[in-house]
Amino acid sequence: MLAFILRRIGQAILVLLTVALISFSLFRFVGDPTQQMTSQDTTLEERLQIRKNLGLDDPVVVQFARFIGNAARFDFGVSYQNRQPVAKLIGDRFPATMELAFASAMFALLVGIPMGVYAGLKPNSWLARLFQTVSLVGISLPTFLIGILLIFIFSVSFGLLPSFGRQGVVNLGFWTTGFLTWEGIRSLILPSITLGLFQMTLIMRLVRSEMMEVLRTDYVKFAKARGLTPRAVNYRHALKNTLIPVITITGLQLGSIIAFAIITETVFQWPGMGLMFLQAVQTVDIPIMSAYLLLVATLFVLINLIVDLLYALVDPRIRLSGKAA
Amino acid sequence: MKPMKTLAVVGTLLAATFLTTISSEARTLRWARSGDALTLDPHGQNEGPTTALGQHIYEALTERDHTGKLGPSLATSWGVVPGDPTTWEFKIRPDVRFHNGATLTADDVVFSYERAMQPTSDFKGYLSSVESVTKVDNLTVRIKTKGPNPLLVNSTTSIYIMNKAWAEANNATKAQDFKSKEENFAVRNAMGTGPFTLVSREADVRTVMRRNEAYWAKSSVPLEVSELVFVPIKADATRVAALLSGEVDFVQDVPVQDIERLKGAPNMRITSGAENRTIFFGMDVASADLKGDNVQGKNPFADKRVRQAMNMAINRTAIQRIVMRGESVPTGVIMPPFVNGWTKELDAAPPTDVARARALLAEAGYPQGFSTTLHCPNDRYVNDEGICQAAVGMFGQIGIRVNLVSQSKSIHFTLIQKNPPETEFFLVGWGVPTYDSDYIFSFMYHSRQGSRGSWNATGYADKDVDAMIQSLSQEIDIPKRDATIAKLWAKLKDETIYLPIHHQALSYAMKSNLDIPVDVANSPKLKMVSFKGS
Amino acid sequence: MSSSPGAAAAKPEPSRSMLARMRDSDIWHSFTRSWITMIAALITFVLIFSAIFAHQIAPNDPFNLASLSLLDGGKPPFWSPDGEWRFPLGTDQQGRCVLSSILFGMRISLIVGFLGVVLAAVIGITLGLVSGYLGGTVDSVIMRIADVQLTFPAILIALLIDGTMRALVGTARSEVLVFWVLVVSIGLSFWVQYARTVRGSTMVERNKEYVQAARLIGLGRITILFRHVLPNVIGPVLVIVTINMALAIITEATLSFLGVGLPPTEPSLGTLIRIGNEFLFSGEWWVVIFPGLTLAALVLAINLLGDWLRDALNPKLR
Repeated sequence: MLAFILRRIGQAILVLLTVALISFSLFRFVGDPTQQMTSQDTTLEERLQIRKNLGLDDPVVVQFARFIGNAARFDFGVSYQNRQPVAKLIGDRFPATMELAFASAMFALLVGIPMGVYAGLKPNSWLARLFQTVSLVGISLPTFLIGILLIFIFSVSFGLLPSFGRQGVVNLGFWTTGFLTWEGIRSLILPSITLGLFQMTLIMRLVRSEMMEVLRTDYVKFAKARGLTPRAVNYRHALKNTLIPVITITGLQLGSIIAFAIITETVFQWPGMGLMFLQAVQTVDIPIMSAYLLLVATLFVLINLIVDLLYALVDPRIRLSGKAA
Repeated sequence: MKPMKTLAVVGTLLAATFLTTISSEARTLRWARSGDALTLDPHGQNEGPTTALGQHIYEALTERDHTGKLGPSLATSWGVVPGDPTTWEFKIRPDVRFHNGATLTADDVVFSYERAMQPTSDFKGYLSSVESVTKVDNLTVRIKTKGPNPLLVNSTTSIYIMNKAWAEANNATKAQDFKSKEENFAVRNAMGTGPFTLVSREADVRTVMRRNEAYWAKSSVPLEVSELVFVPIKADATRVAALLSGEVDFVQDVPVQDIERLKGAPNMRITSGAENRTIFFGMDVASADLKGDNVQGKNPFADKRVRQAMNMAINRTAIQRIVMRGESVPTGVIMPPFVNGWTKELDAAPPTDVARARALLAEAGYPQGFSTTLHCPNDRYVNDEGICQAAVGMFGQIGIRVNLVSQSKSIHFTLIQKNPPETEFFLVGWGVPTYDSDYIFSFMYHSRQGSRGSWNATGYADKDVDAMIQSLSQEIDIPKRDATIAKLWAKLKDETIYLPIHHQALSYAMKSNLDIPVDVANSPKLKMVSFKGS
Repeated sequence: MSSSPGAAAAKPEPSRSMLARMRDSDIWHSFTRSWITMIAALITFVLIFSAIFAHQIAPNDPFNLASLSLLDGGKPPFWSPDGEWRFPLGTDQQGRCVLSSILFGMRISLIVGFLGVVLAAVIGITLGLVSGYLGGTVDSVIMRIADVQLTFPAILIALLIDGTMRALVGTARSEVLVFWVLVVSIGLSFWVQYARTVRGSTMVERNKEYVQAARLIGLGRITILFRHVLPNVIGPVLVIVTINMALAIITEATLSFLGVGLPPTEPSLGTLIRIGNEFLFSGEWWVVIFPGLTLAALVLAINLLGDWLRDALNPKLR
């Protein structure tokens, strides 16, 4: 177990280095940061001088080495646009994104799994068919349109929920949270539904199809034959067996939640890392882009590790060594 | 939800709105636009939203009102020192206090100008002609320029004055240096003389300011807003929704297609006006052959008749009516109306005449037209991509087949500024912060040499024109200077190296108890706000 | 994919291929029994048909900018007082016929989505099978590549490919180039999901009796993987394919939201929604509602077909 974890951590560092290298090679194509850093009457010579001062004309490998050297000391440089240390900017926004991702994952799981179980147990009931069809409508439109439609209905037409921003935030010193106030929870509702809708559909459909498969297996039939209550069969045996794919997909979807948070945060002006990243892309703020990618890469590697470990716990037949049987 | 409950909620909201209207003292104004200020440092970033927020905390020696008219602010009077055309003298307003109680003196002015001239400042371009700034006495400052500079006072509106002692105590005597690992104190803190004092700032979330009760001009401006909350909302639809749902009171950057709807909404007011920015196409008139066209060995844009034909092909009123929904002023010159040198005659655009344009093209040797590539930004100007699309259709009607490439501003503007430029046909917009034609000539028409002509991607180079442009910056005889400007415009308009489209208009949307006029620099002055019906 | 000790016994005999099962009359029977599936099939067919024959059906040519007139801009659908039969579903602000744009746009969206998903599935399934079956170093390498890949949202991959292509080809990028950028971006950003899912199932399957039996009788690895393991792990893949088809079209829309999608001069369904989205508050609802409804109908129908196909193909449910 320990050897497994150590090896995965070694691999993780390699992954992070690769991510950083790839991001560095792509920054050259995003545009010229000095366009956004200076006013329209700045001369070409001044712009070239700024580029040189920032080290943007060095070979990619040199820039990369410099970035890694600084990143190892948690120094990610100063944002070209905001003129603030990137580590601080990201630190300020990290909790907002994490709380949004957490709330939408909870929404997806708490709504998706019961709906999926029900649809799997009674696949021919009208309610199951309704779940099946209605859940699809939610993923038939792009995230940004769903967000705007929700704002239109719940903020503009009914005035029930705030249309933008993260409100009622309590600062705990090391973390800012919106979970402690009614205001904060209210402002979290629309963004997390927008972000979690797709995952909810995916989980519901997955649970349904897994349940249907498992219920037809011999051992479930055998359990029924033994006279176990339907409740015990359905939840102790069947549901437990659907968990592997659900764990995999949820783990993978955490990544996609963080990626799609870019769009949701932009629509709702949610002050998270995604909104900052999108603005950084548009203004070619390289220090923010590289730090964001590295951080997201770290998160993904961690999620992957956890998913793999959970796999092993749920299904002992999967050997942790990863060697061919 | 039940209709009864909806009504109750709407009722509560209306009541809340009503209450804020009649309560007299604590009046909060919640102000939204698409982008946040990048920094609070008064000399850090010369960028629209940054200076628009900054002016509520910091002030300059002079200021422009919402129509662009220059007037006194921290300076009461100014002028060129008699007998020395290279020195300007500014008299500083007495008894002005910073937010920390310190009195404004010549030392603060000298310090601020020197800070703005340092390499890390983004405002040094405005002061490139300045040799030194010196204190004469506590309330007098002299600015010595490298040569005669008749327009120096125009630059002073942009240089904000900060408290010297405060900057020194907090180690913020320079704007943020990228090599420094430390964050500059002035990025998130401020110490100016302005109508509002900073309470709190969270970048991209909100900036809260409180009324400066000791404001020096309190008796001459309304200053009715007691708390000013600035929130950036990037997505257009969300910003409009926030106004409609009553979460903000005043919105800039209103999408033009939503203006009609907002005008019809109850309790909403829309104000509109021209902005200090003209939108136009430019093209490569100098290269021997173009890469992006289908004509071999020739450059069709080099022929003036082709350029005139294209100018006639553009239906400016259709663009104004449909793409811009009326929020623009069609023009025939690349100069906003507030700029020194503007005349009604210059502003007149040629009438749209497809038949005559086709005839001109045939005369120039392109009876079948030709094909070319147009570069367009898609995130910089109001409906920039829509303008380009519409123009592509219009050029198509005279036989010029245009392949449209629209992309982000950070890529688009690099194409124009590269040397040699990497675009042969492009859309650009130009604002004139100095309100003088010289600014347009120097950047858009002068040949590319040194600091001049940096935005002239057309390759146009005319020795006489260059000489006349250079004479403008030295000429202190104003009538003589204006005559040169008129002569230049007459020649340059006829050359048609740019195809002017329109002056961009601005619209602000707000609750109907407010009436905030459009500011030509898109920098609304909220000390001027007064709440109606109270 | 998920399994229990008893499940292996329920496996069909390995020699029956997927195609053989497709031809099985059971499939046809289950198809004709479900009216929802038949409606979905009809909708899918009609939409795909009209996309293929867009040139013949569309009343106007929305891609020829020279033929557009700004003066036709913002016309409502024909049943409104200001509407015209020339533009049955109205026009957008550029004077483009909304119905024609939808037909041509749907064609582009379908092709982009289809090619992208096929590319993703081929890469993902192959790598997933190999990774899950072989394990060890191969598995580690592939899964680490997957990790790297996952950290790059489709948005970024598109930016990277778009940027690289532009550096190679020059700034004058044509619609064709953007089209392939999108296909490759979607393919490269979606494969991981297939690979991870297939790998997980394969790791379980490879220890089962039927695989060991196949190995014992001397079948080659490739034969075992593609003929025997693949049919048993394909179920979840179909769920992903159907959802991905929709996601691919929506990703395209998102990319155009960020400025790397297909240009408005040659709009896809996603681009149309992105543009129409800006007119939601302005009262010109037809610019966004019709493309939105078309997309929703298309995605819903494809998904319902996918649902049915999955149930019909799943050996464990038969």
